[in-house]
Amino acid sequence: MREIRYIDAVREAQWEEMRRDEAIFMFGEGIGPRGGCFTQTRGMWPEFGEKRLIDTPLSEMGFTGIAIAAAMTGLRPIVDIMFWDFAYEAIGQIINQAARIHYMSNGQFKVPVVIRGTIGVGQSAGGHHSCRSYPLYTQMPGLKVVIPATPYDVKGLLKTAIRDDDPVLVFEHKGLFNTTGPVPEEEYTVPFGQAVVRREGTDVTLVATSRMVLLALEAAEALANEGISAEVVDPRTLVPLDKETILGSIRKTSRVVVVDEAYSPCGVGAEIAALAADEAFYYLDAPIKRVHTLSVPTPSSPPLEQAVVPSLERVVGTVREMMRQ
Amino acid sequence: MGLPDKDFLLALYRQMLVIRRFEETAARTYREGHIPGFIHLYIGEEAVATGVCAHLTKEDYVGSTHRGHAHALAKGVPLRVVMAELWGRSTGCSGGRGGSMHLYSREYGLLGTNGIVGYGIPLGAGAAFSARYRGTSQVAVAFFGDGGANIGCFHEVLNLASIWRLPVVFVCENNLYATELSFLKATAGQSIAARAASYAMPGVEVDGQDVLAVYEAAGEAIARARAGDGPTLIECRTYRYHGHHEGDPGTDYRTQEEIEAWKKRDPIQLLAKRLLGDEIATQGELDQIGSEVVTLIQDAIDFSAQSPWPSPQDVATGVFANPI
Repeated sequence: MREIRYIDAVREAQWEEMRRDEAIFMFGEGIGPRGGCFTQTRGMWPEFGEKRLIDTPLSEMGFTGIAIAAAMTGLRPIVDIMFWDFAYEAIGQIINQAARIHYMSNGQFKVPVVIRGTIGVGQSAGGHHSCRSYPLYTQMPGLKVVIPATPYDVKGLLKTAIRDDDPVLVFEHKGLFNTTGPVPEEEYTVPFGQAVVRREGTDVTLVATSRMVLLALEAAEALANEGISAEVVDPRTLVPLDKETILGSIRKTSRVVVVDEAYSPCGVGAEIAALAADEAFYYLDAPIKRVHTLSVPTPSSPPLEQAVVPSLERVVGTVREMMRQ
Repeated sequence: MGLPDKDFLLALYRQMLVIRRFEETAARTYREGHIPGFIHLYIGEEAVATGVCAHLTKEDYVGSTHRGHAHALAKGVPLRVVMAELWGRSTGCSGGRGGSMHLYSREYGLLGTNGIVGYGIPLGAGAAFSARYRGTSQVAVAFFGDGGANIGCFHEVLNLASIWRLPVVFVCENNLYATELSFLKATAGQSIAARAASYAMPGVEVDGQDVLAVYEAAGEAIARARAGDGPTLIECRTYRYHGHHEGDPGTDYRTQEEIEAWKKRDPIQLLAKRLLGDEIATQGELDQIGSEVVTLIQDAIDFSAQSPWPSPQDVATGVFANPI
């Protein structure tokens, strides 16, 4: 199978879906002739032009709000928010409106809008271009939260997102953009709510999201050299969350460490820990552990940045400590 | 503009009276404990929703405010289902899930009344974007108040609507108070209409108590929108007789003299005087409309009172269109 980059998979998903359905259009800054600041729409302009690839001014609140009403009235917008940090400027529109209108209108209005953009620490992008805000949105009923780790998944999940009738938020780690992986030429989608076991193991489950999936796989490899067999589970979507696959792995290994690049309080680790405590308590041989980014604003300088984000040493060290108990 | 024909003038009168009686009845049944939550009444401002929506078809769109019962009624949403929604009943236009500040009607193009000031602005512009994209002749009206004119979305969306020439009309219902803060203290330049110049669209200030003046200004703006000539900003100077919400007497920040002065220019009385003065209609005809409206309102109350409460068993359904 051919291998393509993560960012190319994003572009392919959009391109194919826009070809399939004329109700799909994109809003974003620089997505027109420029082809997107990450090449996410490169080459699409001649085919779709200014009607469907709409270069927006810096008005996140305004164009997100307009996209939501367009979705309520028959269109299927993709809002390219560029950096998820910028979505804070539109957060009322996303949470008060997109998430709630289907319910508040008693099902009269659907809001099939996709909002996608980049997240993540690691490029010295600083405190306004490094957010990992997905846990915030998982708390809000009415939003689906997608966090793909591989080129295959981002293409298949983004296509599912575009076809979904609800607001779907897609979080793409910029540290993954240049990673490559197998992506079939043929049409496929990846359904929501299906976690994937990235590596099988018997001693400990590492539940990891986004770029942390790669870190967890690296840690599993290192642990294997020490005789510890780690299983790596990637939820792929946080809403809906595939509890069964996660619980199945925990019941098998009896230990769980959550590795997530967002912050710890009320976050992904807390949710998985609560799930394990609720539904797999009697299977556990050790306390549940979480490895998150330190709760500080993301600093810019490389050594500071590396000091806050989960590292191979922290993950391996956490597992090692757990296995001693 | 020549005066519209008699039937149409009486229809405007009737629409304003429907709103007035609906709101008075909402106030009464709120005090009696039939309506939960918060309600914000439109009494005194009837000419605005009436004069604007008289130009709209069922297929056109409206984005509304927290003071939005009148927009729903003027857009054609049946009284019964609006009242039942205020009463929290399953037969309400949002099935009891919305309440006063979340009235919706897909059938009548009501994109929602809103609990956050200014949210009607992107709703209207977005529906207009959609209409243009789909190649229909639909237009949208975005209602907001003098308070809404100060939120960021007003500026972002007016700019976007203008550069994209969207078929939308922005209607500011300037009732001079954002809750308790005077428009004169809150708004640089003391004109909303003047802001239109910054966004390269026509800006018109209208006497919001004169339904015919509102009707004329809205007619021009909606014709522009339908013709593909872009948005217009209309500022209607008006006044709410009640407080910001029921329970707010509205007299801590407004003088009795000011309130009485505005009541002397009551929009319904102004139209009635004109209809009688110009001998277009008789007092008997107006009285007849009045009694018909009373019957309609009583029907809405009976309907609401007899409607079942929504079932708590269903409370968790419908969060998603494609359930997870």
